[in-house]
Amino acid sequence: MDNKKYNTDLFDLFEANIDDINKYSSDAINKHRSKAFAEFKKQGIPTKKDEKYKYSDLSNVFSKDYNVSFKPIELNINIDDIFRCDVLSLDSHLTVLSRGKYFEKERIKKLDNGVIIGSMIDASIKFPEIFEKHYNKYASTGKDSLTNLNTAFAQDGIFIYIPKNVIVDKPIQIVDLLIDEKGYFSNTRNLIVAEKGSKTEFILCDDSLASAEFLTNTVTEIYLGENAEFEFYKLQNQHNEANNLAATYVHQERDSRYLSGVFSLLSGFIRNNVFVEMNGEGCENNIYGLALPDHSQHTDNSLYINHFKPNCTSKQLFKNVLDHTATAAFNGEVYVAKDAQNTIAEQTNNNILLSETAKVKTKPQLIIYADDVKCSHGATIGQLDEEAMFYMRARGIPFKEARMLLLYAFAYDVIKEVKIPSLRDNLEDLTRRRLNGELSLCRNCAVRLVR
Amino acid sequence: MLKIKNLKASINGKQILNGINLEIKAGEVHAIMGPNGSGKSTLSAVIAGREDYQVTEGEIIYNGKNLLEMSVEERAAAGIFLGFQYPVEIPGVSMVNFIKTAVNEQRKAQGIEPLNASAFLKLMREKKDLVEIDSKLTNRSVNEGFSGGEKKKNEIFQMAMLEPKLAILDETDSGLDIDALRIVANGVNKLKRPDTATVVITHYQRLLDYIVPDVVHILYKGQIVKTAGKELAFELEEKGYDWIKKQVDNV
Repeated sequence: MDNKKYNTDLFDLFEANIDDINKYSSDAINKHRSKAFAEFKKQGIPTKKDEKYKYSDLSNVFSKDYNVSFKPIELNINIDDIFRCDVLSLDSHLTVLSRGKYFEKERIKKLDNGVIIGSMIDASIKFPEIFEKHYNKYASTGKDSLTNLNTAFAQDGIFIYIPKNVIVDKPIQIVDLLIDEKGYFSNTRNLIVAEKGSKTEFILCDDSLASAEFLTNTVTEIYLGENAEFEFYKLQNQHNEANNLAATYVHQERDSRYLSGVFSLLSGFIRNNVFVEMNGEGCENNIYGLALPDHSQHTDNSLYINHFKPNCTSKQLFKNVLDHTATAAFNGEVYVAKDAQNTIAEQTNNNILLSETAKVKTKPQLIIYADDVKCSHGATIGQLDEEAMFYMRARGIPFKEARMLLLYAFAYDVIKEVKIPSLRDNLEDLTRRRLNGELSLCRNCAVRLVR
Repeated sequence: MLKIKNLKASINGKQILNGINLEIKAGEVHAIMGPNGSGKSTLSAVIAGREDYQVTEGEIIYNGKNLLEMSVEERAAAGIFLGFQYPVEIPGVSMVNFIKTAVNEQRKAQGIEPLNASAFLKLMREKKDLVEIDSKLTNRSVNEGFSGGEKKKNEIFQMAMLEPKLAILDETDSGLDIDALRIVANGVNKLKRPDTATVVITHYQRLLDYIVPDVVHILYKGQIVKTAGKELAFELEEKGYDWIKKQVDNV
């Protein structure tokens, strides 16, 4: 499908609003716009003819009529009053974002250990050295047009800085809320800098307070210094009319370790792009994913893992359970450069289709230029194991329970990789409820209170 | 307890059972023997309710109820237990969770309170000793990575936990060494009660040294062609199946 009309709309939108876009952002962010916009103008919204997007039709997502505003949001609600998250029955450094904009009254804060959490706009002004060194460095490859779209439009987002050798005492949690009654199109831009030897647990919850149609195009850049350790858990838990385009760029220095869990529990349309560059020896990169689309939902996880240096390991395990007419895609590309000897790479995608109308496309790929590597990949698409179902029913376990045990066992392979116990418990509960066909709302989340 | 009348069943259009007649009373042990492909496993699968098989004629009455109208899980809850010839591995589902769900779902179907955690653990400990099964196995996923003998012992362990009224053991003895065979047979014997019945499907007379049957049936070409006391098993051991085949094929 041709996206010409939607492209023209976006070009016009940018040109008509550039003054407001700039006015309500900062010079340091603004100076990246024109180049990104020029790139986007050349590329446009990816079409299904684009090899990387052939399993996800973006024309549907862009065809809807969203509200757009580049002025600061004024909301007559107090987030503290309505939002109580004990998704984690643990304390976290909690921050709320909405429509790509930072929400807290205190625009940016520096904790006692030197950790900085706050608005991107304020960070670019107060901490220009850090900002200049990293902003748009990892995402600016110019290859992905949605990222260029983001760089052109994004005004704000989250900035996190973890100084050298700091072990962050508790998880940093960002809740990105879809909040307005009228849907909108927004671009959020996040930057996380984890310096040498630091250790961080980070949780990003995409939630919704309203059921209108949304399109969010988010770019998150993550820099891991030498020997830094970073865990990134992403929970996508919204509603059928939410459309998410999310790109994560991970830049790893030597001996750094990145662990990520991507849980796509509920959303209308999800396209996750993850770009990893291992730029030093001894890096580890493990990414796990679980998606449970049903009805007409769509989830696409596309991963580009680059081994540039020797002695690094990477692993991806993505599992999908699809029901009704849901669709999913997995696109995994592991690139091993000529010098990246002793690379160990493992890529797996397993899918269960619960209906005859659900569809999944899977494309694991290895591109290897080094000659001493251990790389494997595999994908499976299947139905529920009928032998196991009969075995359980023959022991008196009813069909529904037996099905749940099997599906849960399938999903648990991913859930068990979560290292924060209370988050893991909560994900177990959310997954069970979701597999039972319930909406998997977090028990005490705002969404529950509002509905 | 169980009455099978003129049972005919097929799979993928191929008829396997050609009119089985069989009656099993409480307190009895029946052995069903027969050459390969005679329909032994099909008979057990049809009784357990496997949906791949189509019953084309006949009926199965179990304690006055029409068994063919019941689902697999309803049959299990009503006390029918099938010991699998090839127990299924279920990765990711722990033995403890599996057997606890089975016990409590059966109790629910029978209108009994579910067992609480401590009562369940106590029951598990008792039954584990009975079948001499290692705790390491019950802590793993169902049958995953179990040896052939361990899988068969696990079937008997499940039987002990579920206390069925009618247990059908489909070639539980095949692939077992003598020690495992003795343990499995002991388990079956200890679980025997005047109000329960056991059907042992086997290839070999060897098992019947340990589990002494009241009645022995020979199944051939989907029919029971001979029924007698336990001496029939010895006769088969000595002469093989050829004389039976000849007798039947000549008629």
